Amino acid sequence: MAKITYVAFDGTRFDVEAEDGSTVMENAIRNGVPGIEAECGGACACATCHVYVDEAWTDVVGEPEAMEEDMLDFAYDVRPNSRLSCQIRVSDALDGLVVTVPERQG
Amino acid sequence: MAEPVRTDVVIIGAGPVGLFAVFELGLLDLKCHLIDILDRPGGQCAELYPEKPIYDIPAWPTISAQGLVDRLMEQIAPFRPGFTFNRMVAGLEKLEDGSFRVTTDEGEIFEAPVVVVAAGGGSFQPKRPPIPGIEAFEGESIFYSVRRMEEFRGHDVLIVGGGDSALDWTLNLQPLARSMTLVHRRPEFRAAPDSVNKMYALQETGGLEFQIGQVTALKGEGGRLEAAVVKGPDGDVEIAATRMLPFFGLTMKLGPIADWGLNLHENLIEVDTEKFESNVPGIFAIGDINWYPGKLKLILSGFHEAALMSQAAKRIVSPGERIVFQYTTSSTKLQKKLGVA
Repeated sequence: MAKITYVAFDGTRFDVEAEDGSTVMENAIRNGVPGIEAECGGACACATCHVYVDEAWTDVVGEPEAMEEDMLDFAYDVRPNSRLSCQIRVSDALDGLVVTVPERQG
Repeated sequence: MAEPVRTDVVIIGAGPVGLFAVFELGLLDLKCHLIDILDRPGGQCAELYPEKPIYDIPAWPTISAQGLVDRLMEQIAPFRPGFTFNRMVAGLEKLEDGSFRVTTDEGEIFEAPVVVVAAGGGSFQPKRPPIPGIEAFEGESIFYSVRRMEEFRGHDVLIVGGGDSALDWTLNLQPLARSMTLVHRRPEFRAAPDSVNKMYALQETGGLEFQIGQVTALKGEGGRLEAAVVKGPDGDVEIAATRMLPFFGLTMKLGPIADWGLNLHENLIEVDTEKFESNVPGIFAIGDINWYPGKLKLILSGFHEAALMSQAAKRIVSPGERIVFQYTTSSTKLQKKLGVA
């Protein structure tokens, strides 16, 4: 289990207990975090679960793979700490992770 | 006006559920014509995730989305369905004889007593990049596809994106344009390496500019674009542009279906669970586009819906005819239709 904090665009914080092996996107949808749309359902086939990984966590979370980078081309306001949350798998190492939801999804 | 095509059932959407409907309707001797906005069958399976494995198709522990589409095409081949691709269904009206007239955005006309909406998440349309005020320039200076290359001649053309469409049009329009700039957010491209090399070669000889960054603002008045502001690695850059082509992939929109007088539930078509018919008799909805209590957006649910819908469709197309329920395993009649007996 890992505690994940989602910061919505309006600053509202959502603390979620996430199971190992689930994705950061799934936990956002299950807990109604606003601004995560996940149109394709987690297939890395859209760019509507875009989040910014808190600077303190970028090394732990790691870089996107090539396919995810490709999809990020379709996202809005992409930054160096941009990730698609459907491609971040929860593990104990991510306990305390903070991600911020962008102003809009694509 | 084009000559109407008469058929038994018009199916809007050629995704997996629309395709399987051809099979179930075909067993009941109903001819189908499918219309889809994409250029090939498969819907989301073909467009969004062709190589992704699907694990919940009965008897297929794992199958790729494109593999599923290929096998469905093979399965329905005996029924010789008609296909019209690259078209959006624009209009639907009821005729005096009780059948429906379906028109596409290019003016083709189809007439049938039954219409099946199997449109999934809606029709695929180009995604509008989230740049403030972009709407004002659309259709005037900003386009999402190239209908006539001549419209770009002599213009300062700005193309945004890193896929094949972006690179292909950069190369094709470059000789016509007064200036050509390609903007992409990173130096890696999704497009074919050959096109990327050609683009870099043109950049070397001064034939075009390649700028890394994201378009954040547009300048111009009355729909006439003059420049775009690009946020690049070294800050903001202003690029002269009188024509812009953003290629940001596709999104799904319900489109004209919303105006057909069908009862909707959060943008989904409400149906019953006996026939999967909408509130308009003769118009059915199956697959992800429909809603009923307990609905699950699964391909396998869509297959089930297609089978039940077909029984009701048969009663409309051939009123009074007795429907004999048969199994493909044992019925020589069905096997003849499938070409195996």
